[in-house]
Order: sequence, then C-alpha cells, then structure tokens
Amino acid sequence: MSALTAPAPVQPFVLSDEQRALTEMVRDMLQSASPTERVREVMMDGGFDQTTYAQLAELGLTGLTIAEEHGGAGASFVELSVVFEELGRRLACVPMLSSAVLGTTAIQVAASAEQQAAWLPDVAAGTARLALVHLDPAGRLAADPGVRASASGDGVTLDGTAGYVIDGMSATHLVVAATTDEGLKLFHVPADADGIERRPIDVLDLTRPQATIVFSGVEVAADAALAGNSQAGLHAALTAGVVMLACEQVGGTREVLARTTQYARERVQFGRAIGSFQAVKHRLAEMLVQSESARSAAYHAARMLAAHEIEELRVAAPLAKSYCSEVYERSTADSIQLHGGIGFTWEHDAHLFFKRAKSSKLMFGSPKHHRALLADVLGL
Amino acid sequence: MSTDERQLVESAIEDLFASHPPADTPEKEFWGAQFDAGLAWVQHPEGFGGLGVGPRWQAEVDRRINEAGGSTRNRYLNVLGIGMGAGTIMAHGTPAHQERFLRPMFAMEEIWCQLFSEPGAGSDLAALATTAKKDGDTWIVNGQKVWTTLGHLAKWGLLVTRTDPDVPKHAGLTYFIVDMEAPGVDVRPLYQITGEAEFNEVYFTDTPVDDDMRLGEVGQGWAVSMTTLMNERVAIGGNVSPRGSGSIAHAVEAWQKMHGEDGDAGLRDQLTAYWVESEAMRLTAIRAKEAAQKGTPGPEGSTAKLQWADLNKAITSFTIDLLGPEGMTYPGGYEFTRPEQTANRESSAHKAYLRARANSIEGGTSEVMKNILGERVLGLPGEPRVDKNVPWREVPRS
Repeated sequence: MSALTAPAPVQPFVLSDEQRALTEMVRDMLQSASPTERVREVMMDGGFDQTTYAQLAELGLTGLTIAEEHGGAGASFVELSVVFEELGRRLACVPMLSSAVLGTTAIQVAASAEQQAAWLPDVAAGTARLALVHLDPAGRLAADPGVRASASGDGVTLDGTAGYVIDGMSATHLVVAATTDEGLKLFHVPADADGIERRPIDVLDLTRPQATIVFSGVEVAADAALAGNSQAGLHAALTAGVVMLACEQVGGTREVLARTTQYARERVQFGRAIGSFQAVKHRLAEMLVQSESARSAAYHAARMLAAHEIEELRVAAPLAKSYCSEVYERSTADSIQLHGGIGFTWEHDAHLFFKRAKSSKLMFGSPKHHRALLADVLGL
Repeated sequence: MSTDERQLVESAIEDLFASHPPADTPEKEFWGAQFDAGLAWVQHPEGFGGLGVGPRWQAEVDRRINEAGGSTRNRYLNVLGIGMGAGTIMAHGTPAHQERFLRPMFAMEEIWCQLFSEPGAGSDLAALATTAKKDGDTWIVNGQKVWTTLGHLAKWGLLVTRTDPDVPKHAGLTYFIVDMEAPGVDVRPLYQITGEAEFNEVYFTDTPVDDDMRLGEVGQGWAVSMTTLMNERVAIGGNVSPRGSGSIAHAVEAWQKMHGEDGDAGLRDQLTAYWVESEAMRLTAIRAKEAAQKGTPGPEGSTAKLQWADLNKAITSFTIDLLGPEGMTYPGGYEFTRPEQTANRESSAHKAYLRARANSIEGGTSEVMKNILGERVLGLPGEPRVDKNVPWREVPRS
C-alpha cells in the first residue's frame, strides 16, 4: 500500500479530540442533510443523494484519505472510519464506499503518480465518482469470464459483463478489473464510454444501488491501464472496503440499539413501559454487549488499516467483517421483533436497517467466507 | 504531580529491592516488607501499606516485582482480603482495624473470606437472614452462609448480618469482621459439579462478635457491602490476557488433535466464530482499559462479565464435543479435594467445561447482569418491586 497516505503508528482505541470533533461535525451535518425522509425520497428514486454528497465534498470528506497534493485531506482510515460509522447511522445514500474507499484505494495503490494526479483531484472534489467493477454476474471475485481485455492498436478493448457494481449507475468513472493475457489488470474508464451499458439491479437494500454493466467492444486508451500492481490495488481496495463496511455496520447497529431502546422506554402495554419487562430488556442488553464488541473489532481493523499493519490485517479485517455483519443482522432482526407490528410496516425505518444489514453481510463475502480466510491464517 | 508520584514510587521500589531482593527473600517476609515500603496498596496512606499516590501505579509496582523474580501471588491466594477486604477496612474501619489487619493480610499470615451469600439470598443479597443480636458489647450471630471461597483456610471473615428485621431489607443490615476460629463457627466443604470443594458452607451458632469488630454504623451494612463489591470489580478486572488464550486455546487444541486431518468445515467455522468472539471481547477489554485510563469510561466497561460468562460456557462445551468419545471421560476422575486457590488455573478441558457452568451464576447471574445493563446503561425502567418500603420480616422468602 505504498502509495496510500503514509503509515502512522498504531493509534489508540480512544479517539483523539480532533477525531471526536470530526464525529460530531459529520453527525450534525448528516442529521440535517440526510434525515429519514430524504433517505426514503432518494431510495425510491434509485439515484444518490446529490445534495448530501456535495456537502460531504465541501467538508473534504469525499477525498479524506487522498493526499493533499491531489486535493484531498491526507487523513487516515481512522478518520474515514468515523465518517463511515456516521454514514451507517443515517443510511445516507451517497457513493462513499464505492468512490472514497474502493475506487480511490485501488488507484492510490495501483496507479502511477501521473495517473493519480490526473484522476484523484476530481474525486476529492466530489465531481468525479468512482465505482469498482470486479465481480462477474454470479458475484464471483475477479473471475474469468467477467470482463476481458484484449489488445487493440495502442490500447485495449473491453468485453464481457460485470455484476454487483456498487453505485454503478451513478459513477462517472469505473475502475474495471479485467482479465488480460498477463493476468488481472485494472483500467480507469469513463462510465459513459461507447459500448458500456449499465442496468440497475433490483436490490434488497434500496439505499445502496447496484448495477450490472455490459462491456461491448469498449475501446480504452493505453494510459487507462493502471501502471502499477493491479492485483495489489484490488486487494488493498477490498481490504479497505471490508473494514470501512464493518465500521458502517457498527454505526447501523448503534443507531438501531438507540432507537429500539428509545421505543422500549416509550411504548406502554399492560400499564408499563415494555422496556421494564425482562424479556425485552434482556434482548437489548445482549444487543448492547454485542455492539460494544463489534465496535472494538471494527476500530481495531481501522487503526491497523491506517498503520498499514498488513499481517495483522489478515486477522483484523475478516474478524471485523464476520463479527460486525452478524451483530448488525441480529440487532436489526431483534429490532423488528421488539417494535412489534409497527416494525413490520414500510412506514417504519426498521426494515431499512434490516435490509442494509443483510445486504452488507453478503457484500465482499459472507461471514463464513471471512471466517474461512481467518481460519487459514490461524492455521486451523 | 504525576512526576512526583513516579519518583516517590520509584525510590520506594529501589529501597525495597535493595533491602529485600525479591528473588532471594522468602515470600511472606518480602510481602511484609512490601507493605512497610508502602507498595502493597499504593493508594493507601503512608503507614497503611501505601504511599498516597494514584492506584494506577500499583500495576507498575507488581510488574517490577515479577520482573525481579519476586511473587505477587498473594493477590489471588488471599484475594478476598487483599482485593476486597482491604478497601473496605480503609473506607469503613477504625485506625485500630487498619493497624491490626492490613499487614498480616498482605503478608499472607492471615487468610480472609467473604460471608455474604446465603441459601435464601443469592441474587437478592439484601434479603439475607443471618441475624446478629446485641448483648452488651457483644453481638450473637446465628445463621448460614454459602459459597464461601477460602472459608476453610480463613482466619477472618467479612460478614453481613441482619440486625433489624423490622425495617426494609437494605436498612436493617450491619457489617462485621468475624474470627473464623470463634466458638460456634462451623465450616463445611461444599462439593461442586467438578467434584472439588472450591467453596464452603459456613454455619454460625451463637457465635460472639465484639462490637468493636463492626465496620460502619449499625444499619449501614448495605453501604459497607457495596464498598466490598465495588472492590471486587476492581480486583477482578485487571490484566487483559493474550490473544488466543483461555478456553479458546483448549478448543483449538482439541480441534487440532481430533479434526486437524479431516477438517470438518462446519466445526471449523464454529471454532473460528468462537475465536472471533473471544478476540472481539478481548479487544473490548483493551478498549475499556484505555478509556478508563483516559478518564472517559463508556459502556464497553460494563459488558465483559456477561459476554465472557456465556461465551466461556459455549466454548468449553464445544471443546468437549470436539473430543468425541474422549468427551465421555473425566481424566483423573473426580478427586473431592479442597483446592487452595480461588480459581484452578491449569485445569483440563473437562474440568473447565464443568466449572464454566457457574460463570453465568457467580458474581451476578447473567439475568441480573442484563437487568443492570438494561437499567443503568440503557436507561430502561425497572421491574415493579414488591419488597420496596416493606419491613424485611413481612417480605415472602423461600
């Protein structure tokens, strides 16, 4: 990850005053910019929340980990993890995971300095939005056949179909993992290039759109190929994606716990607040316990990411993703149950979190997949 | 301030090590000297085993003693005294109590036990029924205590009694130090499912206790008990164990022995899930410690006991499953011994499995812990209480 923001020493678990101030700033901004009504409006419309995204850009958050020389803030993944926790709380419909994490990290690790200078400033400014294209239509990782690159004149031609592209419809540029004769390569391609057809997928979680993208003889110039190690770029992007997604899951879990607790304090049945019944109270206590451990797992992975502790990340990343995914899923399911009938309605927000939890659990590999990776590392 | 404290602690350590080299001084003699040097409980005032500095320096002192080849095992061999009794005596005892009890306690010349739980007062400690009736300057104690760790070795006990049955349960309690060799004290082993008697039952029959052995005022026993229990939390929540240690180590060992070859995918996934939760819990302990040191403790500090109890039960049970037919054995057989330590540190997977059943009962049942988290951390309302403002005598008991 040589081209990322320079590694810092491993940070403590407890956030610094600056990081706490960042949390509050992002929380306040999202509270007013992305209330539930706004999330619902955007999700029914299938696009992304342009106003909120513009505000994120204004605060420097769309390029938070991009180097200052490329117009970014030059901050670490610990700062970005704080942002993702808040995004997860609000279910904000913005292409941060796709652009600020996946696309940006792939370019930072695998692109040349000139390419970064050409591509990243617009990403930091929020005017360009990246999407990572790395799965085949069956959702398999960088598989052949997904997208194939064949030599054509000075450049290459891309052909094939990719699936499950996060924010694929709204991206301005695609970072495409394609199979070449020399193995996997990443290409930086305008999303509106001739021969690209994008189709929205009918997704479970409407707050995070995905697309199928068909490449039919897409002509790509030679300098669109990322000049460095594409394999490393893709790996770094997915590791960062896994960790930031875990942080987002923690934000969602904490929000669900707070909202469900609030409801249990207010909802009265049999003449008592339902939170006074142990059957209800104990479920919430269990949710608290798990949410605290999920926080620890996600924060640990984020600070290891920031410090470029590659070896430790082989443990910390799958640990965070598998644990936080399951805690989030369980919390959102319990939240519906504890809300009773109202929790089953479209009108109530419980299902938004429930769907985000299930979808993000399966994104970048299931908990079982990550436990298998971890078991290999541990020699089990 | 902090630099001054460091210098004070540092020079006390140097003087102690010079006069009593930790590796070459007999344990009890060293602990006595450690007390005299003010390094037993650094937060206590001078002359009472301390230096009057912040309690955080204690970890540094203990680390240095261990590094120099000395022992700090008195802290767990006499945990009810050193970990819980000392703080209670400092907070509620008289100078005479402090003078008399602290040094022999720390030097392991006198072992202590705690006499709180009763057959009829487990989770509901304040319902306890052991009575103390005043007769001149002496109290006469009658009743039964249970789950008394180290009771068979103890010289002194921390005893809570009911001195007034006609007021609500919390208001009628009084706290004493009781001589375990006094007349009418009968300590019997309480054999548990492991076959060991780690605990005792203690019966009191007309046992006399001098009024000057009382800690706190008559009727203030609940507040004094709370001091003891607060110290219990501190005594237990010390160091964070290394990654992969504890019950998950037994599970990994059993996996490698029995399934390393066949690699059963379902069991491997379950094992890894337990490893993940163990590690997430351990990271939470580190996070809680950091937050506490920084003075910003949050809910992460209150969840450990509950999570550990349930997880430890699950992992120890899974380990026996992994062993297959060997899981039907109990290596070494049931020994019916009375261990001299509170926790048997090198126990087999089989014994750990049985011992773990108590994890969700002892030190607050998981049900009570969930109530505490729900009410104190999440702010949920309590259950309606039927024993509130009712004299203890009139509250139904089993």
